[in-house]
Amino acid sequence: MEKPRILSKKELRDKARELRLEILEMTTRAGSGHPSSSWSAVEIVTALYFGGVLRYRPEEPWWEDRDRFIMSKGHAAPLLYAALAHAGYFDKKELLRLRDVDSPVQGHPIQGMMPGVEATTGSLGQGLSLGIGHVLGGRLSEKKYRVYVLLGDGECEAGQIWEAAMAAAHFKAGNLVAILDYNKFQETGPISREIGLEPLVDKWKSFGWTVHEVNGHDLEEILGKFQLVKQLEATEKPQIIIAHTIKGKGVSFVEADFTFHGRALNEEQAKLAREEINAAR
Amino acid sequence: MQLGKIAGLELCDQPLRNIFGDALLDLARKNPKVVVLDGDLGNSTKAEYVRNEFPERFFNIGIAESNLVGVGAGLAGAGFYPFIVSFSSFLLCNAYDQIRLAVAMSEINATIIGSHGGITLGKDGPTQMGIEDLALMGGLPTFTIIVPSDPATMHAAVKAAPDIKGPVFIRSSRVPMPYIYPMEETPFEVGRANIVREGEDLTIIGCGMMVSAGLDAAAILSKKGIEARVIDLHTIRPLDVEAIALAARETGAIVCAEEHLLQGGMGSNVARIVTEQYPVPMRFVGLKDTYVESGDPWDLLKKYNLTADDIVAAGESVVKVKKET
Repeated sequence: MEKPRILSKKELRDKARELRLEILEMTTRAGSGHPSSSWSAVEIVTALYFGGVLRYRPEEPWWEDRDRFIMSKGHAAPLLYAALAHAGYFDKKELLRLRDVDSPVQGHPIQGMMPGVEATTGSLGQGLSLGIGHVLGGRLSEKKYRVYVLLGDGECEAGQIWEAAMAAAHFKAGNLVAILDYNKFQETGPISREIGLEPLVDKWKSFGWTVHEVNGHDLEEILGKFQLVKQLEATEKPQIIIAHTIKGKGVSFVEADFTFHGRALNEEQAKLAREEINAAR
Repeated sequence: MQLGKIAGLELCDQPLRNIFGDALLDLARKNPKVVVLDGDLGNSTKAEYVRNEFPERFFNIGIAESNLVGVGAGLAGAGFYPFIVSFSSFLLCNAYDQIRLAVAMSEINATIIGSHGGITLGKDGPTQMGIEDLALMGGLPTFTIIVPSDPATMHAAVKAAPDIKGPVFIRSSRVPMPYIYPMEETPFEVGRANIVREGEDLTIIGCGMMVSAGLDAAAILSKKGIEARVIDLHTIRPLDVEAIALAARETGAIVCAEEHLLQGGMGSNVARIVTEQYPVPMRFVGLKDTYVESGDPWDLLKKYNLTADDIVAAGESVVKVKKET
């Protein structure tokens, strides 16, 4: 019951493509949103929800033993909503109400407003701290769940991330897993040009974390890392998977232009993008 | 000078923060879901009383208020009832955005304790003083905002907090306060102001320590032939609109008194109700657009015009205007 059906490798690739298309349709219809920031993390979220990583019950969204997934980079809300809808938390029709008045599908996630939305995010840097709270609570109530937090790279410039990084190691949060969507761009430009994060692996290690690196668009490689992460839980060290990704992944002209951050594709662009995503079978 | 003495109130032998610590420990004993999050000030705020008895439910997150609030909110998501405790100055000013998203906007059930509110923490000076807490909390819809005025209401507020839907803010204080109410069967209902003295010539509306100061002022005014109603407005949100409107209608003059900046504090909220419901002349006792300095609490109250005498002067002034109109 707590394990939704695990998809085959081909089905997973299909699911990733479906989510990519949903993100396109949602944001283009809304006329705004962050498709490129959502596309870079599609494979990560596909692996989590459809690759047998997360334990969840769509029909019982606040099941006490559920694994937690916190979308710290709240601007990737379209990806979160698409994954939740495809996982069965709510009707896919809801996706086409993104950013509308009277719609619970808010521009950035609001905790509990849609089933499965675990946290209010969008002001960046906050998700990891929430994850620690879930870890400590689970420990107190003797639950066995794991807590996964998807971080953006830009938000790692925020002090709160490093406050949380320090605390997670202190509290021996072995069941806390951060995934960093390292697409190398923030809103105004390349991270290395704006306010660099490197050496990122060394930084997380020095804060007491076990660090993994992965190609963030290779589903098999990602799933392998999630397996490894589970095996290392007993080390009681928090773990981070630094996923090297491409902002705008799947749509060539968006990949090539970082100014698409926070910008939806117009109808004409969407037509090209749809063809390109569909062709990538 | 001793708060409440003129009104004949008995001063508690312990600071209000100690009473808070007792109340929190009481609650933690009865409610296993209560957890306490500390910003490394548990020995000052007295949240440490819980640490001594229930170390597993006490988390010192350190001098990192943003993370402190986030971890607390996460614990609420995991089914616990967090009390997030620190000095209001550090907690609200460092972690305002975290409180805004993870607590207020998420409408979680949690209590934030803003300790060392007002200027009466005294000698540590303005960097530590919480003189803007009510204004900041006022900017966060969904929060219930409570300012206990004595040991009994502190106990009652802490006890009531987990039953309130959504987030709660409670102000705590470094100084002792007089007993206004009995410790047993304390009249305390969230959102319902208490009339602690009857009078017809004006109404003094106060919160926190200024309720006792208001009672002192009422005793002084009485000797001058002016009878003041005194209201303990312990809940700043939701406001008791009825009690405020009734005071305006029945006494025709209002003095607001608070240990807070006049901007965005209790008085400005009361004024909004009075102007809408039944406009009458008003006066405001509070901090006038200024930071305060280090000093003995009672010296500071005197210098910055937050004493019973200041309330008396405001009362005489407003009654004079009332008679002229």
